[in-house]
Parts: sequence; structure tokens; C-alpha cells
Amino acid sequence: MELDELYQTIILDHAKRPRNFGELPPPAAKGEGYNPSCGDEVTVFVAASPDHKVDQIRFTGQACAICMASTSLMTTQVKGKSFAEALKLKQSFIDFLTKETASTAGLGNLQALGGVKKFPQRLKCATLGWHALAKALNE
Amino acid sequence: MGTRNLTSQSSGDCYFGDRTRGCATEVPGRGSDVASNFPASKYRADFPILDQTVNGHPLVYLDNAASTQHPACVIDEISRYYRQDHANVHRGIHELSTRSTKLYEDARSAVSKYVGAGSSDSVIFTRGTTEGINLVASSWGSAHLGPGDTVLITEMEHHANLIPWQIITRKTGATLQYLPIEGDEANVNWPMLERRFEQSKVSLIAFTHISNSLGCVNPAKEICAVARRYGAVTLVDAAQSAGHAPIDVQELGCDFLTFSGHKCCGPTGIGVLFGRPELLADLEPYQFGGEMISRVTFEAAEWKPGPHRFEAGTPHIAGAAGLAVALEYLEKIGRTEIQSYDHHLGRLAYERLSALPGIRILGPRTGRAGLVSFQLGSIHAHDLVAYANQFGIAMRGGHHCTQPLMRKLGLQATARASFYFYNTESEIDRLIEVLGNAIRYFGA
Repeated sequence: MELDELYQTIILDHAKRPRNFGELPPPAAKGEGYNPSCGDEVTVFVAASPDHKVDQIRFTGQACAICMASTSLMTTQVKGKSFAEALKLKQSFIDFLTKETASTAGLGNLQALGGVKKFPQRLKCATLGWHALAKALNE
Repeated sequence: MGTRNLTSQSSGDCYFGDRTRGCATEVPGRGSDVASNFPASKYRADFPILDQTVNGHPLVYLDNAASTQHPACVIDEISRYYRQDHANVHRGIHELSTRSTKLYEDARSAVSKYVGAGSSDSVIFTRGTTEGINLVASSWGSAHLGPGDTVLITEMEHHANLIPWQIITRKTGATLQYLPIEGDEANVNWPMLERRFEQSKVSLIAFTHISNSLGCVNPAKEICAVARRYGAVTLVDAAQSAGHAPIDVQELGCDFLTFSGHKCCGPTGIGVLFGRPELLADLEPYQFGGEMISRVTFEAAEWKPGPHRFEAGTPHIAGAAGLAVALEYLEKIGRTEIQSYDHHLGRLAYERLSALPGIRILGPRTGRAGLVSFQLGSIHAHDLVAYANQFGIAMRGGHHCTQPLMRKLGLQATARASFYFYNTESEIDRLIEVLGNAIRYFGA
């Protein structure tokens, strides 16, 4: 069933038990994502190391399972990466969801969100946390 | 047809007397008999779109508060109009223009009859409820509001009956006040209404007849009576009630009432604004251009009288024609019968949903129309609606264009099942079954 592709076990797991959930105190950078069509809100906190790497990352928010899982998986993946690498991963992930021929290289368990391809109305849900991350990194 | 009375059947003392009774229209013991004999399946066959499968399951369409479906007679009329009668309305001498003008103005008469307007000069065609409210806020508001004036609305209003008032009060220096909702059932504190009128110079009160988020039926007649005593103008947002219950503007005693065609079996892009003739008489136009003028020079222009003064440009002629057929169709079924059945489905859904673990249903237990908005355990509305869709069920998930209300209730989004007279009890069974499965699926 298509629904099982969308809500894979790992997605439901991360939605119910999001990793790195919570806030980081200032001076951590903060980026907010808001989806006006459903009211979903995600805030991503990033503490940078002196060499511009993601030293710590946490997030808060209330959102659907797709959004929560995508953001949770994101935090596990970008931790330790340089800002440039993190933003590159964001682009790879969005390409993976929107382009037929995109490579899956480097995506790891983010590929579990591939079910979103068949539910284009959920694309915003899957990318909300990533846009919030980009805002935090640009801060 | 039964007598045309206030939709809410809340006539009399219910809201100032015993608030816990809500304002439901049901006459105990009688409503349910009517409802159980209602031939929903027979009417359902009039709606071609309902006969299809979605994701391999029979379509269960429970998104009627957003838009209702169309009986074949409405679809046929729109097609017939474009095949046989189309030309621009008014001023035309030729045959087709004469026909389309007659069709358009006959539609106005049909609407006038439908809402008990008394005269079709009181009926303005709009694009929908949103435009109707914007027209009043803009035209009436600019002329009558200023510092010291208050516009009163409730906390349960749709954005369409909230933002236009935010904007016009800001522009004119008037004040916007809200009647608060209270408690788990989110009832409006109606006893506070009179106090607001005593404390402030309320120039206009605008309120929803049936809440699209809570499902409650507001005591429109009583509110209008209070407003009238204090000389305030009333606007009834009848988007959720016009297709679901008898509406009579004289009986309600309102000054303005507005609704959308597509929420009562009619086409999208056509709506209605009723306005009392004496209010329309000195109201400035809302938009300017063709159709709405009587004399134009290079320097100035004079306006036609209402309602044409408020209909600049070529109107949605096919929409008006389709709407007239839709309203006639509803009249044939009987709006009192539709209302009883609608409330019956709402009550049944409320009862059945209440038995699900972890459910929170918005709005009052009694006195509700045929829509139920809810949160199911920790399942996000979008996940729930996506799940239901996989089994052919069309519901809406979100804030239902009532963000301030949802925020006050501590919610971001709910799922909403909204019914119409072509829905059946077995569709509610199906909904409950699928929601039960969703709880297991998401482990909520």
C-alpha cells in the first residue's frame, strides 16, 4: 500500500520519538519554519563550532509525522557537518523528493522519506525543517 | 416544506435562558423520526460525482463545509446556458442577450424568494461569502465607522469575517471587539452580548450563523434583536447555514446576510449578499466600471440604484443560473427536512466519535449542525486526513481558516468531517472504522 511507503516504520518511530528534540540556549542560532496551510511550526537551533561546523543541533515544534520525522532525521544527519555540507545535503534531499533522476548518494536513512514523491501535497511537510535549518545557518 | 423559520430553531429563550441547552433546533422526539426516514440514498443518486472510487474504495465525501457537490440538474443547466443562451447581460437588444438577462434577473428573484428578501432589489450577486463581507466592510464601513465606533464579532469567526473588520476598523479609527468563547464546548458568552452594547457604541455586529470549525448553531435571531434595540447594524455570515436550513431574513431580522453558492449545491464563483433596501440606498459602490453606472462624463459618473450599483463588470451569469436551479432543488427536498437530517448526522457522528480513545471534539455536544471537528489522540490532522484519503474518505485537516480560534483552543489543526443530505449513516460507520484503524496504524 502506498501509505506504508509514506509512513515507513522509521518515519513513525522518529515522529513519535523525535531525536534531538528541545531548545538550545543563546548564542545558538535559531531558524523558524511555518506552514500556513496547516499551521505546522518548527524551530531549529544550531550551535556552531569555531570552524563553522554544526556542533549541536536541536529542534522544537508541533507538526505532522512527515515533518517531525524529516526534521528529526535531519538533525541526526547534519550534526558534525560543515555549514556548506549541511546546505548541500538539504539540496540533495529536496532534489531526491522532486526530481526523477536525482541521486540518493549521501542521503542515508533520509531515503525513508521517498514515499513523499507520491504525495506531492506533503512536500512542504517534508522540507519545512530543512528550510528552518537553512535560516538558522544563514543567521 | 415546513414553515420558514430561523435555522437554528433556537427561537425563543434558549440562549439567554439556559445556555446548556445550546441552540439546537431539534424538537425532541420528532427530529429523529424525520431524520431516519430521510431518503438520503435517493438524493445521492442525483450527484454523479459521488459515484466513484478513490484509491480503490467507494468515495465517502465528508468535506461539505468546504464545498458541496452538484446535482445533475445544476450541471445540466450550466451546460444548457452555454450551449443555448449565452450573451452578455443588460443593455443588449438581441435575442441571446435578452435571454441571458432574463435568466440572470430570474435567478435574483429566485434567491430573493429563497431568503425571504421581499424584493429582488435587496439581492446582490457576489463571488461568494468573502466578497459579500468585504463589500459591507468596505462600503458600509467607510461611510459609517470612525473613532468611537465599535465593530463586534466573535472569536469563532472565519478569517473572511475577521480580516475585513481588522482592516476597516484600522483604516477608520474604529475599534474591533470580540465576544469570547469559553470552556471546552467553546460556546460564545452570549449573556455578555448585551453588556458589550451597553459599554461601547457598537455600530455593527457580524457573526457566523453556523461555525465552520465548531459546528455550533448561533442564535442569530436573538442576536439581531439585541443589536436592533441598540441601533446596531447586523451581518450574518450564512456560509454554513444557507444550504442547510430554512433562512428568512425577515424572521432573522438581520440587515445583511451573505452566503456562497458552492456550499449549497451551486457553482463556485457566485454568492449572494442580502442587504436591507434602506441600507443599500445610500451605500457607495464597492467596485467601479461597467454595468453599475447610469450616466458617465469625462469628469464624473452617477450610479445605478442597487443592486446593480454593486455589480461592476460582467457578472457570473452561468453561476447565477446554476445557483437558481440549486436553490430550487433544495426547496424541492425541503430545507426543514435537510436541516433535521443534517443535525441528525452531526449528532450521530458526535456520539460515535466520542467512543474513540483519546478523541477531543470541538464545540458543543448539543445544538450542533452536521459537522464535527476533532483531534484524535496524538495523530496530527494531516496524517489522519492522508490516512482516511487512502480509504476513499475526503475530510479536511487544518485550521479551517480560524487560526485565532484554534490558537485559543490550544490547537494547530483538527480533522473535520462535514455532512450534507446525500451522506448516509453507513458512511459514518465507515469513517469510524477507518479512524479506529488509524489509531492502530499510528500507534496513537
